[in-house]
Amino acid sequence: MGTVDYAVEMRDITKRFPGVIANDRVNLAVRKGSIHALLGENGAGKSTLMNVLTGLLRPDSGEIRVRGAKAALRSPAVAIALGIGMVHQHFRLVQTFTVAENITLGMPRPRFRLDMAPIEQEVARFSAEYSLAVNPRAKIWQLSVGEQQRVEIIKMLYRGVDVLIMDEPTAVLTPQEVRELFETLRRMTADGKTIIFITHKLDEVMEISDRVTVLRAGRNVFSCDTRDTNPRELASKMVGREIGRAPQRPSVAIGGPVLELHELAALGDRGITVLNGIDLDVRAGEIHGIAGVAGNGQRELAEVITGLRRAASGRVCICGKDMTNSAPRSIIEAGVSHIPEDRLGMGLAPNLDITLNAIMKRYRSGEMSRGPVMDEARARGWTGDLVERFSVKTPNLRTAVRLLSGGNSQRLLLARETSCVHKLAVAVHPTRGLDIGATEAVRSILLKERESGVGTLLISEDLEELIALCDRISVIYEGRIMGTVGRDQLDLEEIGMMMAGMATAAKGDERSEASV
Amino acid sequence: MADSMFVSILSAAVSSGTPVLYAALGELVCERSGVLNLGVEGMMLVGAVSGFLTAVRTGSLAAGVLAAIIAGGCMGLIHAFMTITLRVNQVVSGLALTLFGTGLSGYLGKSVIGVPLSATFHQVPIPGLSSIPVIGTVLFKHDLLVYLTYIVVPFLWFYLYRTRPGLHLRSVGESPETADALGVNVFSIRYASAVAGGMLAGLGGAYLSLAYAPSWLENMTAGRGWIAVALVIFAVWDPFRAMLGAYLFGGIDALGFRMQVMGSGVSSFFLKMMPYVFTIVVLIIVTATAARRSSRAPEALGTPYERE
Repeated sequence: MGTVDYAVEMRDITKRFPGVIANDRVNLAVRKGSIHALLGENGAGKSTLMNVLTGLLRPDSGEIRVRGAKAALRSPAVAIALGIGMVHQHFRLVQTFTVAENITLGMPRPRFRLDMAPIEQEVARFSAEYSLAVNPRAKIWQLSVGEQQRVEIIKMLYRGVDVLIMDEPTAVLTPQEVRELFETLRRMTADGKTIIFITHKLDEVMEISDRVTVLRAGRNVFSCDTRDTNPRELASKMVGREIGRAPQRPSVAIGGPVLELHELAALGDRGITVLNGIDLDVRAGEIHGIAGVAGNGQRELAEVITGLRRAASGRVCICGKDMTNSAPRSIIEAGVSHIPEDRLGMGLAPNLDITLNAIMKRYRSGEMSRGPVMDEARARGWTGDLVERFSVKTPNLRTAVRLLSGGNSQRLLLARETSCVHKLAVAVHPTRGLDIGATEAVRSILLKERESGVGTLLISEDLEELIALCDRISVIYEGRIMGTVGRDQLDLEEIGMMMAGMATAAKGDERSEASV
Repeated sequence: MADSMFVSILSAAVSSGTPVLYAALGELVCERSGVLNLGVEGMMLVGAVSGFLTAVRTGSLAAGVLAAIIAGGCMGLIHAFMTITLRVNQVVSGLALTLFGTGLSGYLGKSVIGVPLSATFHQVPIPGLSSIPVIGTVLFKHDLLVYLTYIVVPFLWFYLYRTRPGLHLRSVGESPETADALGVNVFSIRYASAVAGGMLAGLGGAYLSLAYAPSWLENMTAGRGWIAVALVIFAVWDPFRAMLGAYLFGGIDALGFRMQVMGSGVSSFFLKMMPYVFTIVVLIIVTATAARRSSRAPEALGTPYERE
């Protein structure tokens, strides 16, 4: 092989933020034409390191070499001029602009008069060359998430980027789109381009990368060629300990139904039917999973059950009582807890402190107040207990919730939702975006719920999670339940086919299960 | 007879709408870059008084107009410094500038209340075009500042939608993070837009004091700056629709004035109220029907930009 040709070398990069060292003398060397995985939990310093490399942040110390030459990456523009570009996890796209407009944004030429036709042609050319199918004239908001990601990639190719950083690119994609993305990435490396692939998914590291670097708590702890390592080793490097086995599931007596949906239909935000003839039940002491690719009606399903969206037809029965289109408050009082998808938007009030968030469902009952006045001492005492029991890490009880990490705010939300009297919990993507530690905590809370006889409707895109936790899994596709499988008859392939809209024999199982 | 009155009201609509149009165009540019400017009323007043004072002292209308533009630009610069550099809440800064501008203009203008101008803008009918029936009188028998809007409006449209600087301006108002990541200078574009917005508001003020009135009266804008802010929403941030809205406002204003002169028996206070009521009604209708994606405010309007 001779001398190694590095596209990018980062040496002893240190970056401090008030109170934390995000990067502590991190080293990263990326070979030209390779796919280099950057692995680490949330908060390990991956994003900071990449923001340094793309010129968004300036390191406190350290040196960066691009193609062997020392580089001062003062701004994203300088980084791009040196051929380094990034596709962020949250896309940087102007929603109201067309694809071509987004791609030409920030380019120096043409200087004034902007004729879109030649730009659109060039976009189409890149799109064909790397099989990144997208219509140059479509507005961004009309595109699927996968298509938007393609726009981001074309945007970088258009700028002549040859070191492309992808920040958790598969988090938002369907399995099919992941395959297409990997195909594109391989084509790009075959073309001599270099890719840095940020992820915390081990199977992806093994599948796509040539080399892997593991970051933990701001330091790089491990680097090697992917073929010389295995998922188990990477996982232990990433978390710094052996990963716990899948949580134990003691057997629990299944009780009567706490939630029954009959022929439920509802409209989405744009007035189109998004739920169609949903029949489903959740029994006391079981976790009923809803699997499916994002955007097939999961959010709307949770909203209809919790009273946040009107049902167009059909019935929602909670503990045997018809609660269709009842007010959210009556539904809460009927014993429904809600762990919404949008934690900080819908689940918690980010600018209020921990105590106020914790008592949000109890202040009406009078237990936290003296007459009309809040009993501060009692509220804090109670919240203190809760915070301790659920190990929410926080400086104090007056800390605003927005300052908590993702894992801690989710713990707080679960603490609140599971500490009130309830019979049904509706949890939507409860572990999305959390690191391994927090994910384990959330899962064990859900399992404790089950043991205490609560029925849980668990909506998740993470099949592994559903399989680890659920007693039954139903698959939703375009607003319909494609089928339901029990824990003992789990068949990954079958679930995968139903997620892709292909009906199987599982329909029959659902009936036999329901009649038990 | 009724015909000629109709034409004269339409013609008055154009001249009465012009100061509001300038201010609305300024607000439009500013808001497109993501900066909400509630200081338009104050900027118009400062423009009006600076223009008038300068014109009285120098006897030159051109100097007056230039002074108004500079004064408005300075007000815009203050707003930019407060909201972009210091990241003061944009609503607070704008309201403060309106109060400041109202007070300052009242103070500066004390000496020239009721003073006549030696030279004022007068009608310059455009040869040929002005003899077209109806349209000629309505559109082409005005002063130079009205004609200037006929150039500014299409130019602004072209600039926003058909040029790279326009694309960058809009991107900064929609998603400053995106723009910044691609090397678009968010700060300088927002500064430039806020200053340009102030200049146009100042020019709108100068039209009032040098052409429309032409005289200086304390608080002579009488809420036109606020109407401009509302018109931008009505216009869904589009220059041509802003023009239409300004003329609608001007038309109702002119109609009320006519009815008052003719002695219709309706209270003059009621008639003066009409353009404002009309604006509110239009806003309600537009906001209620504007669920469509295309008619939304710039996404980042009102939010200061800060690199994470």
